Amino acid sequence: MTIASLIDTPSELTDAASSKTAIVLMTRVRLARNLAGNAFPGWAKPTQREDVLAACRDAVAATAPMKRSLSINVDELSDLEKQILVERHLISRELSGAKAGAGVVISKDQTFSVMINEEDHLRIQVLRSGFQLKKTWAAINELDSALEDRLDYAFSPTLGYLTACPTNLGTGMRASAMMHLPALVIGNQMEKVVRAVNQLGMVVRGLFGEGSDASGSIFQISNQTTLGEAEEAIIKRLGSVLNSIIEHELNARQKLIEADANKLFDKIGRAYGILQNGHLLSSSEAMNLLSLIRLGVDLGVFPDAHRCVIDRLFIEAQPGHLQHAQHGEFEPGQRDLLRAGRLRAEFANFAKPNFTLSSDGPN
Amino acid sequence: MANPLKCDLCSKPATVHLTQIVNNKVHKVDLCEECAQAKGVTDPSGFSLADLLLKASLNPEPAASGMKCEQCGFTQADFKKHGRFGCPACFDTFSSIIEPMLDTMHKGTTHTGKVPQKALARKTLSDRLNKLELDLTEAIKSERYEDAARTRDEINQVKHSFGQKPPR
Repeated sequence: MTIASLIDTPSELTDAASSKTAIVLMTRVRLARNLAGNAFPGWAKPTQREDVLAACRDAVAATAPMKRSLSINVDELSDLEKQILVERHLISRELSGAKAGAGVVISKDQTFSVMINEEDHLRIQVLRSGFQLKKTWAAINELDSALEDRLDYAFSPTLGYLTACPTNLGTGMRASAMMHLPALVIGNQMEKVVRAVNQLGMVVRGLFGEGSDASGSIFQISNQTTLGEAEEAIIKRLGSVLNSIIEHELNARQKLIEADANKLFDKIGRAYGILQNGHLLSSSEAMNLLSLIRLGVDLGVFPDAHRCVIDRLFIEAQPGHLQHAQHGEFEPGQRDLLRAGRLRAEFANFAKPNFTLSSDGPN
Repeated sequence: MANPLKCDLCSKPATVHLTQIVNNKVHKVDLCEECAQAKGVTDPSGFSLADLLLKASLNPEPAASGMKCEQCGFTQADFKKHGRFGCPACFDTFSSIIEPMLDTMHKGTTHTGKVPQKALARKTLSDRLNKLELDLTEAIKSERYEDAARTRDEINQVKHSFGQKPPR
């Protein structure tokens, strides 16, 4: 498969996601793995990096999920292509800026991706739309075992899988969920939630990982520690933290409605107006407006079927996807114009808001 | 307050104190106002306590300085600079600085999760094969032909068990 056809195929997170899950948009698990006897990518010489890349690319491409996959070196990708892969969460920002001798293998359906020579020799990732921690873990566990047939992993009985950074030792696993938490943001409760989640050994980040902002009220919650606890135990603990965050978000929504439903409807109605009629929208403003429409869907203001449209637009409003759709590279100012145009077209046919709350309330 | 806490990162007086409790284990970080701001501790979009703990634990320089990994030439100074290790063998070389770090960084200090059984079994077999081949050369050299014949049989046996699950 080529990069061009991959980009033109909808990702798991766009059209494929007929997401019924209101709050968890996506589940992701990644495993850090290294080859025994080889220097880690950040310390390896260029020829060593090339050797590891070649060995890993072959081994990864030979596994069942990677049948007819895209297997490509990072330096074969244009900047725009890299940006699109980052926006789809298929490669990290770090890999997109990697020096020579780095690559990625992405499955045809874009649910599996394996980065080679990022911080570790292998960063295996499985991504599923919705709240599917156990299934995602099962899928990645299977791929990891298949790779182990072909590759000698660096492993210590006491420290587990050996990784370049000691924060990833042990399982080498980071499990995360991307959550849409607009009511906690509107109600100024997010800081409290972040602190509580941190105390439980979990980390909260913005949409695109470390250091990114939380535009669109989208947050990533993941486990912080990797050593001293089995994978299933980490998954279970993360799952219960996520469930309790979901509960808090639902309570916050209920409170917003009870306190002043008109204030909330005003926000949603204005967002709808701007998306239908705005002419200049930055990506973070677009994300925040789309977030309010998504909240509107959850509250029954818009039909349920429209949630997947918003989830698709969350990605298509990003700079890389926007420029790809317009076949060119544009300055940020021009992009805002194009983005607004794109959203006006989408929202011209969007359902009219219905602000009479149904009796079953928000779901 | 006889002994005011110092910031773990820059050793100015600490005013921000973070406590995290995982499995009844208390992890503490003390930071000054500036470092807390810089690290985004107050920012809801998140910060990584693990990174802070990592850097804090690196700060007062451990006594045993100047260690170097024989496998890859990585030094302790390199670790202080990058916060990453050079190769898998570094974990043996630098075990004395890694161990105290793990306690603050992780939930436990011993791996309890998945084990790459197949890769380990393969390694055991190939280690054994290497040793047997050495033995064989040695036996032939010193004209112990009975030993050599026995070793050769053993080698064939090991190779046969390899053959059922061909290594690559």
